[in-house]
Order: sequence, then structure tokens, then C-alpha cells
Amino acid sequence: MENQELARIASQVRRDIVRMVSAVSSGHPGGSLGCADFLTMLYFDQMKHNPESFNMDGAGEDLFFLSNGHISPVWYSVLSRAGYFPTEELGTFRKISSRLQGHPSTDKKVPGVRMASGSLGQGLSVGVGAALTKKMNQDDTLVYTLHGDGELQEGQIWEAAMYAAANKVDNLIATIDYNGRQIDGDVDDVLSLGDLSKKWQAFGWEVLEMDGHDFEDMRTTFAKAKSLIGNEKPIVIVMRTEMGQGVDYMMGTHKWHGVAPNDEQLADALNQLEETLGDY
Amino acid sequence: MMETMEFEVLGKKDTRSGFGEGLLEIGKQNKDVVALCADLTGSLKMNAFQNEFPERFFQAGIAEANMMGMAAGMTIGGKIPFTGTFANFSTGRVYDQIRQSIAYSNKNVKICASHAGLTLGEDGATHQILEDIGMMKMLPNMTVIVPADFNQTKQATMAIAAYEGPVYLRFGRPSVPIFVKPDANFQIGKADVLMEGSDVTIIACGHLVWKSIEAAQELAKKGISAEVINMHTIKPLDEQAVLQSVAKTKCVVTAEEHMINGGLGDSIAQVLTRNHPAPQEYVGVNDSFGESGTPAELMTKYGIDTPDVIAAAERAIQRK
Repeated sequence: MENQELARIASQVRRDIVRMVSAVSSGHPGGSLGCADFLTMLYFDQMKHNPESFNMDGAGEDLFFLSNGHISPVWYSVLSRAGYFPTEELGTFRKISSRLQGHPSTDKKVPGVRMASGSLGQGLSVGVGAALTKKMNQDDTLVYTLHGDGELQEGQIWEAAMYAAANKVDNLIATIDYNGRQIDGDVDDVLSLGDLSKKWQAFGWEVLEMDGHDFEDMRTTFAKAKSLIGNEKPIVIVMRTEMGQGVDYMMGTHKWHGVAPNDEQLADALNQLEETLGDY
Repeated sequence: MMETMEFEVLGKKDTRSGFGEGLLEIGKQNKDVVALCADLTGSLKMNAFQNEFPERFFQAGIAEANMMGMAAGMTIGGKIPFTGTFANFSTGRVYDQIRQSIAYSNKNVKICASHAGLTLGEDGATHQILEDIGMMKMLPNMTVIVPADFNQTKQATMAIAAYEGPVYLRFGRPSVPIFVKPDANFQIGKADVLMEGSDVTIIACGHLVWKSIEAAQELAKKGISAEVINMHTIKPLDEQAVLQSVAKTKCVVTAEEHMINGGLGDSIAQVLTRNHPAPQEYVGVNDSFGESGTPAELMTKYGIDTPDVIAAAERAIQRK
């Protein structure tokens, strides 16, 4: 898909995000806005998947696991815009009896979601397990995961990182949303990750870096990542993003990690985001 | 009028070996069965499966949280993962991983836990988990099974592969008498009435089932007729078996190698208070950690041995 078209979809996704969280005065807009371009690129350009016939096993399809489940608004928006469920359902986000739980879950069977997430640090293990099953099933499609940078403070991430490298899980592409911010402040102030790329390299991973707001750079980086599939090393993309990207007052701060805009702030945000596909 | 069944003891073995044999057998029958272990392959008796099916065996290393997450992920695409480590590391250490990625996500993972309870022995309280049944039975979607002997553990291991959904299977280290027939038909959620009686119902699981049989045989010598039920499935609980028996005997003893708080006894008490209140006595560990010692010494010291079941039965009868 052309970069311009991807940008149009991402703009609508951002409108969906701020409207969803504002409607229930809760949720996580910052990281969601920051990953809107990435998830649009993934679902509309990179992944092999069947939105109209979702099934849990996903044989012959690329799988995606959102490990930092709190950015559910961006995922739900992208899933619905890609055709997994009607966009009207986005209006039920975080409301009673909705399939769109605050953090993603499988128990209400929302199409596109294969694993609950929210308690951080678990999605890389899940992705490694799903990748191992793909190998056993001789299914050459891929497994993608997304993680927050703050989430990398969880020890289980590094257990999974060690396992994947030691066992040559080379059909997996993990991406880190490296926005440098978490709830309590800057990641460097809360608990510094040190040299993140070198850490992954030391764990035995193939490390790529990209700009999560540059569709051309993402396209090139995904192509490079895919060329490294089957090379006996797991692959991680350290993706630079801006928390709150697209809404000026949410950028450059951690303060919109988990705070929803009020009506006035929502109007301001929507003025900055073009409605391209029609609001839900 | 009183019937005491004689139990043919078919030898002695550890229940973990029943798991190992069952895993190998079900691995032969079902190619989707895979096994993961966190550096305790020998202790869990998983070597036979590992040797026979190296491509379906995954050594996770000492990283239980990752093992649970990988097992959950492996179900996507149709595998049936069996995880193996000690009961402590199978539950408390990884509770949140089980809660989110396995129970809430309703994944077809079989959590197989050895060295449960005091009979782990000399390693002491760090490893003697007595809270695991409680933790696991509180999780929605989770089935909890505590088989009584070698044969039953083997049968249960095979049965849970055919059941779709998360299961916690708890077994142990010491050699204990084998009394379940090798060809018995294990049914998840269906209690075994081992001895029929009319004065008191003894409901037990795991290693306490044999102790309860011994107790019932001793009680018979005193003229007391005890009904013994092997409640191998704690959840879903066979409520009918409980209510039918207690309707007859009017009192109950529960016996388990677990904390009284949160164990089998609590589940039985719930059924009774809702349907048929009756005096109940608990044989279990009373809000205490264990310690180092031989299994026999520990069972005596912590009050979960045959004489404790006998005394509890007599107390229950007196309260009728």
C-alpha cells in the first residue's frame, strides 16, 4: 500500500483512539498514538492475515501479539479498520459487557485477539511459543510481537529473549516501542534500559532500528527483517516513536500515558487529525 | 452389616513416575502432545518422553515464567503442552503468568506439578508448597486434579490430554502403595467411592487417600463404618458424591496434604453448607510452613497421618 494511503488510515486510527478513550474518560492514549503508524503498516501492508475469517489457530497466517496490552485502543482501531469487526463496536470500548476490554482478552472472543495481555512482560514468551508451534507444523508464516520499552523492565522478557536465541527461534519479529517514557516519567529516570540495542545483541538477537513514524523507513526495515527470517537468530526491531504522536499537547511528555482527554481537549485533538475514513 | 473392602496393594511407586509413564504413552497416541520442563526432567520423570520425542520436548531452563508463557503460545496452532516442574515453581512462582496467559486466555495447557506438599521431605519449607490447590482452584477455567497413586496419576495424565482446557495436575515424590487398578477408567470430576460405610464419610485426595483407607480399616476394628471417597478432582467437584454419602453418614472428614485454608476441605464445606450442613473435621496443615525431615516424620508432626484421620473421624461422629 502507498505511504500516503497508510498515512490516511493512521490519521483515522488516531481519531478513533482519542474518541475511544475520551468517551469513557479512561484508557491509554499516549502509547496508542505512538504506535498508530506501526500497527497500520503491519496490518495494512506487512502481515499475511485473514480479517474476515478469524480463527484462533491462525494456520497459514502471520500472528501478532500485543504484549503491552494497555495500548489496546490502537490495536482495536486497526483491527476494526482492517475488517476484523465493525467499526461501530469501537464505541463500546471499556464499557460493560463489551468485547473490547480495557486490556485485550480472549474470553469474549473479539476477532483478532489470541491472548490476553495487560500484565506486562508475558507476550514475548507467548510469541516464542507460537513460533515454535509454527515450526512444528511446518507453517512458514511469521509471528510478530510488540512490547513497550518500560515493559522490558520485566524479567520474563529476558527469559524469553535468552530462550529464543539459544533455540534459534528465527521465525519471530519482536518490535520495541522505544518512546522513552512510562507512567512515572522518562524510562531513563525510572529504570534505565542502558544501551538497549547492545543488550539485545548480547542476548543473541538480530537487532534492527527504525523510525516508527516514517512509513518508508518501516517498509525498508520490515523487508530487511524478513530477509533475515530462517537465519537461526530471532529478530528485534528497536522502533523510535514519540508518545502521543499526532496530538501536539500529548507529545514530549509522559503525562498522557494513561490519561484521557476531556471534551475540550478532545476537540483540540480532533482538529489536528484529519477524518479520512469516516468516524465510527 | 458393615463392609470392609480388602485392598489389593499392587506394589509401591511414586506418583511422579505415573506421570512420566502417562506422558510417554499419550505422546505415542497423540502427536500434538508436547512437553516443556524447567531443568527438572529427571525429577519429573520426563526423560522417557524426551528420549522418544526430542522434537516435541522443550527444555526451558530455570525460567518458569517463560515456560508458562511459551506453553500458552504453543496452543495456538493446536499443540497440547504439558509443563513440568515442582509444584511450588508450577504455581506460586508463576501465578500471574498462569492467570493471564493460561486461565483467563483459556489455553489448553496442562500444568503438571511434582514434589507437592510435605512429602517432598528434606528440602524443607521453601519447596514444600501447601497452598497450590487453593491458588489453582480459585482460577476460573482451571481444572484441578490430585490423583492418589501411580496408576491413577498415569490414567489422569492421559485423560487430561483428551480434555480441552487448562488443567493443574498435582502429584508427588515418595513411593506410596498402588491400589487403583491399572485398567481403571479415570473420569475427570467423577469421585471414586473406595469403601462404603454408614457412620462417617472420609473424603481425601492424593497421598491422603491411602492413609484414609488405612484409617477406615482401623476404624472398622473399633466397630465404626467409614465410607472412603477418593476425590481426585478438586475442581470441578463431584458434589453429588459428597451429598449422597453425607446424607447417609451425617458427618465428614476431609484429608489432604495441603493447607486447611483453601484446600479440598474448603470445597467440601462449601457444598455442605449450601446443601446439607453436617459436622466436618479437617485433616490438613494448619496455617504453618513445613520443615526438613523425612516424609513420614513430617506427616506425623504436621498432623496428616493415619492416626490423625482416625481421630478426626471419631470427633466428627461425636459431633453428630
